[in-house]
Amino acid sequence: MKKTIITVVGKDGVGIIAKICTYLANNHINIEDISQTITGGFFNMMMITDMNEASKPIGDISDELAQIGEEIGVVIKCQREEIFDSMHRI
Amino acid sequence: MININEVSETNEMIEKENLDVRTITMGISLLDCIDSDLEKVKKNIYDKIYNKAKDLVKTGKEIEKEFGIPIVNKRISVTPISLVGAAACRSSSDFASLAVVLDDVAKEVGVNFIGGYSALVSKGMTPAEELLIKSIPEALSKTDRVCSSINLGSTKTGINMDAVKLMGEIIKETAEYTKEVDSLGCAKLVVFCNAPDDNPFMAGAFHGVTEADCIINVGVSGPGVVKTALEKVRGKDFEILCETIKKTAFKVTRVGQLVAKEASERLNVPFGIVDLSLAPTPAIGDSVADILCEIGLEHAGAPGTTAALALLNDQVKKGGVMASSYVGGLSGAFIPVSEDQGMINAVEAGALTIEKLEAMTCVCSVGLDMIAIPGDTKATTISGIIADELAIGMVNQKTTAVRIIPVIGKGVGETVEFGGLLGHAPIMSVNKFSCDDFINRGGRIPAPIHSFKN
Repeated sequence: MKKTIITVVGKDGVGIIAKICTYLANNHINIEDISQTITGGFFNMMMITDMNEASKPIGDISDELAQIGEEIGVVIKCQREEIFDSMHRI
Repeated sequence: MININEVSETNEMIEKENLDVRTITMGISLLDCIDSDLEKVKKNIYDKIYNKAKDLVKTGKEIEKEFGIPIVNKRISVTPISLVGAAACRSSSDFASLAVVLDDVAKEVGVNFIGGYSALVSKGMTPAEELLIKSIPEALSKTDRVCSSINLGSTKTGINMDAVKLMGEIIKETAEYTKEVDSLGCAKLVVFCNAPDDNPFMAGAFHGVTEADCIINVGVSGPGVVKTALEKVRGKDFEILCETIKKTAFKVTRVGQLVAKEASERLNVPFGIVDLSLAPTPAIGDSVADILCEIGLEHAGAPGTTAALALLNDQVKKGGVMASSYVGGLSGAFIPVSEDQGMINAVEAGALTIEKLEAMTCVCSVGLDMIAIPGDTKATTISGIIADELAIGMVNQKTTAVRIIPVIGKGVGETVEFGGLLGHAPIMSVNKFSCDDFINRGGRIPAPIHSFKN
């Protein structure tokens, strides 16, 4: 299972999730879980996604999401789940 | 399932606390490159390294991107060249020409350092090993990325004092050969006692003869992460302090293990070891000295420094050892001076001397590292410093090393700039009293009594 964690951090605004979800849908990436918090006007979101059917390699998706982030003024990172699992689970 | 706080914690470590994988080092055996024809040896070496390592940098970059963790260096270590070139090299220049081949192939595959211009002479030197050692000044002045290491002693064999004497002279000569660039050659030259076969860190990496044909070793890092974790337990007792270091080291090492396994799978090369070292860089917030300050010292070098370093080193190992299936290399906190801003500050404040650094090396890896000394320091004095450091390693059954730079044309109070990861350093003063008669005795120091365990 190729799972990735997408994180979005930045100033809250209209349509952040919409923009990212549209991109993910266009690239056949399924969202399994979303959690988010807004503290002091700052938006912090995490998505767990399934990239098994994704139309591009993770590296490209990571670059393109970072690009979208720049356009809408937030920082978007896309990382494989294993890095978090290995650090926080025995 | 992973939660948002855990994800934030990991990403903060990477973004704000300089968490990274310091190096993926591919160890390559060159034993099958041996030939009595020098030109054939050169071709064999180039071809083998190129074939094994051509995808190393690309694979490293892919892993960086997919996991979102920086992998700072991609490097290569090879079989000690004194063995590989023994049958073909008739002169020091022959050996130096092999260094040029290593440099060329390192540039071609894009690694920033290649280690293994080495000789293991802890008990005695063969003629080839002596030729290689004598070729070091030429080899390091003609190349950019080649690193050289010489093992001069071990707990089992004692210390080869003839080689210690020779290395004092070679270090001086290397400094002279590279004086136009602040004697930079010496930053790529290290001498060891009990050198490990699987060290991924430069300048001391070489691929030991006990190793397989090709392996992946990984060096993790994260002084900034430990420092930040300790900020949250200021004033608490040693139990809490130690537990915090241990847990942090575990997390850092798990990332190294993950990257090592991933690189090994993708390159189809067996995974060797993870080296559990806290390796600093000159970047602000990436300092081992700052951890010592956070533990409660005004500066590294203050009374209490050796004890603080001992507990830090021990807890890093205890936390790291469970996080990785195979641990090896040097595995301990590094205390290089020029590569650690906190150490530089300590020297400039007058808190840290070579003698205190020597004491600190009794409880951590790896030794007197990246220390700039006056260019007019005598070769025998350098040999004396080496002998002291190796004696610590020999008696305590641990790895110790010396990477010292006599900066030609500079004296105490001046600074030297090496650039990049090698950093900058204030020239430190050296004890002025002579050890000429001690070094000139010749021969070797016998192995200590506790090495006879059979």
